[in-house]
Amino acid sequence: MMGGRRRILALLAVGGLLVVLPPFLSAYPLTLLTQGLIFAVFAMSLDLLLGYTGLASLGHAAYFGVAAYVVALMTTLHQAGFWTCLVLALLAAIVLSATFGLVAIRAVGVYFLMITLALAMVVWGLAFRWVSLTQGDTGISGVPRPTLGPWSFAHQTAFYYLTLVTFLVAFGLLLLIVRSPFGMSLRGIRESEGRMRCLGYNVWLHKYLAFILAATFAGLAGFLWAYYNGFVSPVEVQLITSVETLLMVALGGPGTLVGPALGAGIIVFLKNFVSVYTKRWLLILGGVYIGVILFAPQGLIGALRERQSQDRKSSRYPAGIKGDTA
Amino acid sequence: MTAVPALSLTDLSKTFGGLKAVKGVALCVAPGERRALIGPNGAGKTTLFNLISGELVPSEGRISLFGRDVTSLPSHRRAALGLARTFQITNLFSSLTVLENLLMAVQALERTKLMLLRPVSSYPHLFARARAILESVGLAGKEGDVVKNLSHGEQRQMEIAMALAGRPRLLLLDEPTAGLSLAESRLMTALLQKLDSGITLLIIEHDMDVAFALTDRVTALHNGSVIADGHRDEVKSNPLVREIYLGSA
Repeated sequence: MMGGRRRILALLAVGGLLVVLPPFLSAYPLTLLTQGLIFAVFAMSLDLLLGYTGLASLGHAAYFGVAAYVVALMTTLHQAGFWTCLVLALLAAIVLSATFGLVAIRAVGVYFLMITLALAMVVWGLAFRWVSLTQGDTGISGVPRPTLGPWSFAHQTAFYYLTLVTFLVAFGLLLLIVRSPFGMSLRGIRESEGRMRCLGYNVWLHKYLAFILAATFAGLAGFLWAYYNGFVSPVEVQLITSVETLLMVALGGPGTLVGPALGAGIIVFLKNFVSVYTKRWLLILGGVYIGVILFAPQGLIGALRERQSQDRKSSRYPAGIKGDTA
Repeated sequence: MTAVPALSLTDLSKTFGGLKAVKGVALCVAPGERRALIGPNGAGKTTLFNLISGELVPSEGRISLFGRDVTSLPSHRRAALGLARTFQITNLFSSLTVLENLLMAVQALERTKLMLLRPVSSYPHLFARARAILESVGLAGKEGDVVKNLSHGEQRQMEIAMALAGRPRLLLLDEPTAGLSLAESRLMTALLQKLDSGITLLIIEHDMDVAFALTDRVTALHNGSVIADGHRDEVKSNPLVREIYLGSA
């Protein structure tokens, strides 16, 4: 299985670089790398929903933001510790998505897109107007870096490794999920909901669970973001955040998991790099998206895999193993 | 009928706006029976199948499966009661491989479909069953092929395989030989003849040779109503059926 082995080696090489390089990097590239990893988790979470289940959401930032706000509030008002914040942040994402999902999941296609957008707007509106809770537009600042027992993650390098570990855990879990029977059912739903229903799947339930799972991982990203940024504001839940993440998935390759992680890295670096020279970041972002749709609609990793599978006439699997996507 | 019917339709109707696609259809299929459903295009045969499998909600009437009223039950629950169907226009997971399609079908009615944290490859019984079914429909060597690259005939065989995965008690076959050549039709007919005699079959077919080779009771539909129902020789010689369906010379 040449493709599989090559893929594993590539992943290990990148992983190795991510582990070894940072102590040699200066502050700015290190912060960009950290940011890239946080958004990689966010983008992978959206990939579960978009790439694997076929549900395009324009409101995924709601769960990212809600978790970030929980961390910001708990640390600044109650001096809550790392684990408390983690549990509460994830819980917030779960409860919010479980509630929103009841309304959103019954919708399909464009309507799902619109409902998720609307629901995220509700969260943004609350973040903006509920000033007594969220400080509105001013945002909540002064979120300290976390401490775990004797270890403090205040230093940039230490926090980077915390982020890296979290990213690897998230990646590992998501990989398990997409290779599981449940993950396979999501792919079936993406391909043909009607067929799945006839076969005996409770499609609504599977979509609902996928929605909540995706939101939970988005919440994990938001949890990290609050600590990283030290500051949380309605920007975290605004439409542009959802759109940028959607673009990360599209650019990297929906349904590949690694693709969106790569897409996140590219967008984060591009955004920060471009912003030095021009204020017109959104124009560039739009251009990138159009380029992707025109030249590589399955995204970068998607196009790579397409090229690889054309090199082998038809995919052959040894008895007992399956391994197509991710 | 002393045994509980496999399928029982009572006064079933479906209206789309102004169009009465199915009008007061009554049908009773005994367990283990092989029934053909014939009728010209537009007679309402596929609509009837969609009502039975739950894709459409009836405007009137009741449907019961093995004695259980399923009129308000969603599709996936009917599948759990032993109903399976194939589609006239092939409805497979075209960008997945043959094996993946079968795995999807095989785990559909099992608890494992909700398992999150162990890979599919750690459930060998799913693979064993998927491979066994592929073997039985003659697609064993094709498991790694992506479905959209299969020939039309092979895709029709896949439809049958997918339907058999859940060990159905009642199988609805919607034009199994649609688009097949003569030779392929014969192969398909042979395949269907080998099906477990415990499975109740309801087959929509335009090819009379196939229909009569596989079944002995026939129901004829025209403009949404049942116009004949009985043994195939009776229906074959029914003047109304001859005029409407078998056509004038």
